[in-house]
Amino acid sequence: MTTHLRGRSAAALLVTALGVTSLAACGDSGDPAGKDGGETAAVTLVTHDSFAVSDDVLKEFTEQTGRKVEILRGGDAGTTVNQAVLSKGNPQGDVLFGVDNTLLSRALDHGIFSPYEARGLEKVPEELRLDRGKHRVTPVDYGDICVNYDRGWFEKKRLAPPETFDDLVKPAYKDLLVTENAATSSPGLGFLLATAAEYGDDGWQDYWKKLKANGVEVVDGWEQAYNDRFSGSGGGKGKGDKPLVVSYASSPPAEVLGQDPLPQEGPTGVAKGTCFRQTEFAGLLDGAENPEGGKELLDFLLSETFQEDVPLQMFVHPARTDVKLPEVFTRYGETIEKPASLSPEKIAENREQWVKAWSQLVPR
Amino acid sequence: MAVPAAFFALFFVHPVAAIVARGLRDGGRWRFGRAGAVLTDPLVLDVLWFTAWQAAASTALTVAVALPGAYVFARLDFPGKRLLRALVVVPFVLPTVVADSAFLALLGRGGLLDELWGVRLDTTVWAILLAHVFFNYAVVVRTVGGLWAQLDPRQEEAARMLGASRLTAWRRITLPALAPAVAAAALMVFLFTFTSFGVVQILGGPRYSTLEVEIYRQTAQLLDLPTAAVLTLLQFCAVGGLLLLHARTVRRRESALRLVDPAHTSRRPRGAAQWALLGSTVTVVALLLLLPLGVLVERSLDAPDGYGFAFYRALGSEEGGTFTVAPLEAVGNSLAFAAVATLIALVVGGLAAAALTRRAGRLVRGFDALLMLPLGTSAVTVGFGFLIALDEPPLDLRSAWILVPLAQALVGVPFVVRTMLPVLRAVDPRLREAAAVLGASPLRAWREVDLPLVRRALLVAAGFAFAVSLGEFGATVFIARADTLTLPVAVARLLGRAGALPYGQAMALSTILMLVCAVSLLLLERVRTDRSGSGEF
Repeated sequence: MTTHLRGRSAAALLVTALGVTSLAACGDSGDPAGKDGGETAAVTLVTHDSFAVSDDVLKEFTEQTGRKVEILRGGDAGTTVNQAVLSKGNPQGDVLFGVDNTLLSRALDHGIFSPYEARGLEKVPEELRLDRGKHRVTPVDYGDICVNYDRGWFEKKRLAPPETFDDLVKPAYKDLLVTENAATSSPGLGFLLATAAEYGDDGWQDYWKKLKANGVEVVDGWEQAYNDRFSGSGGGKGKGDKPLVVSYASSPPAEVLGQDPLPQEGPTGVAKGTCFRQTEFAGLLDGAENPEGGKELLDFLLSETFQEDVPLQMFVHPARTDVKLPEVFTRYGETIEKPASLSPEKIAENREQWVKAWSQLVPR
Repeated sequence: MAVPAAFFALFFVHPVAAIVARGLRDGGRWRFGRAGAVLTDPLVLDVLWFTAWQAAASTALTVAVALPGAYVFARLDFPGKRLLRALVVVPFVLPTVVADSAFLALLGRGGLLDELWGVRLDTTVWAILLAHVFFNYAVVVRTVGGLWAQLDPRQEEAARMLGASRLTAWRRITLPALAPAVAAAALMVFLFTFTSFGVVQILGGPRYSTLEVEIYRQTAQLLDLPTAAVLTLLQFCAVGGLLLLHARTVRRRESALRLVDPAHTSRRPRGAAQWALLGSTVTVVALLLLLPLGVLVERSLDAPDGYGFAFYRALGSEEGGTFTVAPLEAVGNSLAFAAVATLIALVVGGLAAAALTRRAGRLVRGFDALLMLPLGTSAVTVGFGFLIALDEPPLDLRSAWILVPLAQALVGVPFVVRTMLPVLRAVDPRLREAAAVLGASPLRAWREVDLPLVRRALLVAAGFAFAVSLGEFGATVFIARADTLTLPVAVARLLGRAGALPYGQAMALSTILMLVCAVSLLLLERVRTDRSGSGEF
């Protein structure tokens, strides 16, 4: 990669010297090799920053199909979807991965996807298939946004960690919770939606008033909430003083990863009654340059190889229920039986006004 | 002038106009009615007021804290000066996510101040102001100090010999000469703080919002392009107005200065006042700039099994999976991108500065302001603009690697222009005229007259352009491909994952970014000193 770039710097010098108009030619040379046609054309996956995959898994796709995968990341999930909406009809790539149920309606309403029924879809549980019958998007994974707790802190205080939304407003848990800004952070939004699902259109504002009275702290992003405020992060030696944080059900397994030997119990746990399910989808972008490759990639995303790679790469659950989960997941992770959820239509209809109302009510 | 104009038309005006038009046009008709609704929204007015207020306060504080620093770095000689000069620029180029994290460790809950005195400054305006000083200290020190070091101290001495007091001499001789540079530096700081994004978002908490944060929210989160377009235009007006005002002030005050070799203007501190100034500057730099950076280093070494380099070793492996390349390769990418971006910025900015020096008139002054506009434009606007404007042949650059250096050069050019312009304008035109009379071609006159005089400014400009390119995050994150990851983007991705390992890796990578910046800047200092030391001036 580096030598490749060095070679290109000389080209850039030339281009700059010749004037900007010749940059177009340079743009062409920057395109992935072999895009000009044939069976081996590369396929481009547009996705968000959190997308991750093992190299071996990508290699397997190349071996199976003769195609290379180019990955194009566009920031967070919301930004990536909005970019796709803006470049509708002339997309940046062939497949978009990472549109979740909170953004699904926006993507579908703008018609950025071409229908395709991916192979292996029958192995995905019904409740994850939110675009049943139309197949514009394919569910690839799901994760739960839940309150995490610092096990050590609660043990030291001889206090049982909270389990439900109702627990969080009890005096015993005063000043313990930190959450994210629902307007700018996806776990923050997920937590807001969870309370709306739990307490309904009319009740969630009252709930948040109580939560606020009970000293909930709001910070802007997950990084800050989890890394800086939460006392259980960093393998249990977090610098923060909040033993409760809104994060993911898969954060506890992430905390033990890389530890040797594995501890008896993870340093953090999950309040199982506070979860909101986020399902992530992939779809073939309308107007894709390489629709055939895109379809093969969608099939591959549902293949056993890719699905088994999902947990330790992205720390979410694979959409297929028949693939093996790694030990850290089964041992330190929780299975959430009854997560809160809302239909994409309901979310699309209310999100803006809820976020607006929340912004007026909570952080100020 | 043609090259910089074309560059800006293609890579700034065109994309931004495209995204703004997308927001304000509906079915082929312009909808300006939307502006009224947005501009009378009390929430927007609140945001606007806070944006202006905190920017003014931050600028005042930064200038007040950094001006003595500029003097110390320009006029005093002390051991470790070169190292310190390089280090103060590091905060400026650190991605805000990283720096904010370090800052929180100092000011936040359970931070150093909290442990020592129970003082917590996070989610207060003070945290925002201090962080702005942290980030922008170097802007003042470098811009003002760079010129200060080249002012002939003998002029001031002559004034004192004629009976002026030290203060009067400074006020009448040095201050007027420095004023354009101070104004330029203050303007830059104001621009950065007016368009502050990460600092306000993270250190201020959700209670505070700047125009820039609001544009980001409306564009990237809500896809409310009409509102975003109105806010973008509003920010343009504010920034553009300021820039025009500044161009006028600077023009009025600029005069031909006698520039001398900086190596001869600084000397060992003498007298209690100079020692005190040196001491207080070093203290400020240590507490405000080096301490947060030290916290980063400490965290990068704080591995689960005791202090060590475990996180650094983990950077070389590809196991993390967040990347299709090992994080360490991001270092190579970053350096290569920054080098290309610096080159583009120097060519475009240098030509622009030269053109601006030679010509006068309203049009040229307008162009001067235009060149600064990218600094006052939200990265999300530029990023989304690139996406919809540069998407068709012959200019389908969306997947081309050159896009990253181009976007980085866009923020580098203003630095080059700002650094070069005061010095170029200060070159006595009679020198050029003399050269021309003696038969030198314009190119030869430039090479023999201007170049030796501005070489130092050119290097400072190159250093700035290189450093901002290294640290550029906002636009890069929109357009960086997986295989051409840059350091700040890699750090942000690591920070976005749970667990001790990615967090430690992020801190380790930030430390590396910090060191790369410091070393590059240090090398630059050396090159500069070697050349000027040989007595070319």
